[in-house]
Formats: sequence, C-alpha cells, structure tokens
Amino acid sequence: MKVIVNIQLKNGVLDPQGKAVHHALTSLKFNEVNDVRIGKQIILDIAESDKKSAKQRVQVMCEELLANTVIEEYTIEFPAC
Amino acid sequence: MLVAVAVFPGTNCEIDTKYAFEKLGQDVVLVFHKEEKLPVGTDLVILPGGFSYGDYLRSAAIAKFSPIMKAVIDFANQGGKVLGICNGFQMLVEARLLPGAMKRNENVHFISQFHHLKVINNDNTFLNKCSIGELLNIPIAHGEGSFYIDDSELNELYANHQVLLTYTDEKGDVNNPNGSVDSIAGICNKAKNVFGLMPHPERAIEKILGSDDGVKMLEGFLN
Repeated sequence: MKVIVNIQLKNGVLDPQGKAVHHALTSLKFNEVNDVRIGKQIILDIAESDKKSAKQRVQVMCEELLANTVIEEYTIEFPAC
Repeated sequence: MLVAVAVFPGTNCEIDTKYAFEKLGQDVVLVFHKEEKLPVGTDLVILPGGFSYGDYLRSAAIAKFSPIMKAVIDFANQGGKVLGICNGFQMLVEARLLPGAMKRNENVHFISQFHHLKVINNDNTFLNKCSIGELLNIPIAHGEGSFYIDDSELNELYANHQVLLTYTDEKGDVNNPNGSVDSIAGICNKAKNVFGLMPHPERAIEKILGSDDGVKMLEGFLN
C-alpha cells in the first residue's frame, strides 16, 4: 500500500525557502502569488492492507523521525491507485 | 580528563576537536557511531560538526538514532557533560536533550565566516572562564542554524540562565546571521550539563589562524 506523507513548517514559522521562491516568482512577474510555502513529500510503500493500522504506524513514524514536530506539521494521505 | 568525540558517517570536525583538546593537555578518544558504550571514565562527550548521514531528511535527524547516541543520552541524563558543536547542537535538539529546533538559515545560504558572539550567562561549566558581555570571535559554518523556540520555552531559557551566547558585531550590537530567535547562538539545558552552539570554538584556538578565543571556552570543561 502506498502512503504519502506531506510535511511542512507550522503556520507562523517563517519559511525562508518559500520566501526566496516567492521573491523569484514576483521578479518573473507572477504577481498573483500571495505566498509560497515549501514542504517535503515522502512516499512510503508499506506491507499492510488495512488503512487504519497503516495510518497509525505512519503516524508513529512521523512523530519519531519523519517530522520534527517542534516546527513541522504533517498530513498522511492514501493515493487512489 | 577523558574526552570522547563521537564520529558519525559525514562528521568532519572530529580531528579539529581532538587536536583542540589535546592542545589543552587532555586525553581524547574518537568513538564510532556504531559503538553502544562510551569509553570507561569518559568525563566529557563532544558531538562534533559535520553533516551526519548527509543531513538527509533534516540536519541530525538520523544521527539521533545511532547506537552511540543512546549511550550519550543515558550519559547526559545521569549528569554527564555533553557539548554539541554545530551538527552536534542540531543532534542535541533533535534528540530533545536541548529545547527548540533548527531551521534553514533565513537567507537560505550556507554561511562560513568569523562571527562575534556575546557571552550572556557564565554561571555554567562551559563559559565559566568568560565574563558576561565578553565578545568572542569564533567561526560559524552552517546552512541550517536558525534556532527556533516558542515564546514560553524562550522565557524559560532566560529565567534559568540557559541562553549562553548571541550573535553580535565586533562592537557587541546584535548582528543576526541566520535568523535565530533573539540572535541566539548557544544554549544549555536546565541542569547545565548539556551545551549546544552553532559556532566552532575548536576552530579558534590559534591566533595565527585568526582567533584563539575558543580556548577559554573549551578550557571551561577542564576544572
């Protein structure tokens, strides 16, 4: 089963990479862009058929390693395949 | 004194650190990350600078699960003295031995230069040879050194004299290179046995190479 973890900085935590990319987009005249936040996506392939228990396991992975919950938040998704 | 310097894949400051403490007349042992125990009689553990495990995922995110880190965490929890420099500081916050977290530098650049630091608190082992307000000229070299901490934990740091060093210019005015909260460059834990800083005191031990201000910092541990 494929599981997608999206990690990004919490609201209120300044994202310098997002700021730099926003600045670059503005200089390319994409003036409609209000804000840019950059995160990371981790795609896991898990030997598990039950979504609920997969989600529980991935949650533990996020708390222990994948995200630093002091500054980051995460979402867990199951892509339709 | 026996100093144990932990070495992870990607660590690159272990030889400088060993050289610095040997120059101060101490015994230094390099300890590989796969070791499960620290050498018997270890007085001080150094987590040196570098790019442990390629800094994949986040700086120091993977290093904190190394076998040696379990021993270091036990050592720290029993009151043993631990100093984390640069990547080592990142390990200490990732392992939650120190509060806060490290973010990408605000200007998104890797910064490698001499930078002045101001001593904020000296009622601890590390900085007891320095005076409050003293300025030290020490190299910094990092891409993810923007120290983040929330307001309530920050207040606690100040209340317990855990803020050790801030970034300044040569006159002592605030000069924040990386966007750290309150320009903080180094902190310690509440028990004052775990210390972390982004600057590299081990790279400032010879006047001919720019500064020897790091000597009195490292000497703090010799008492």
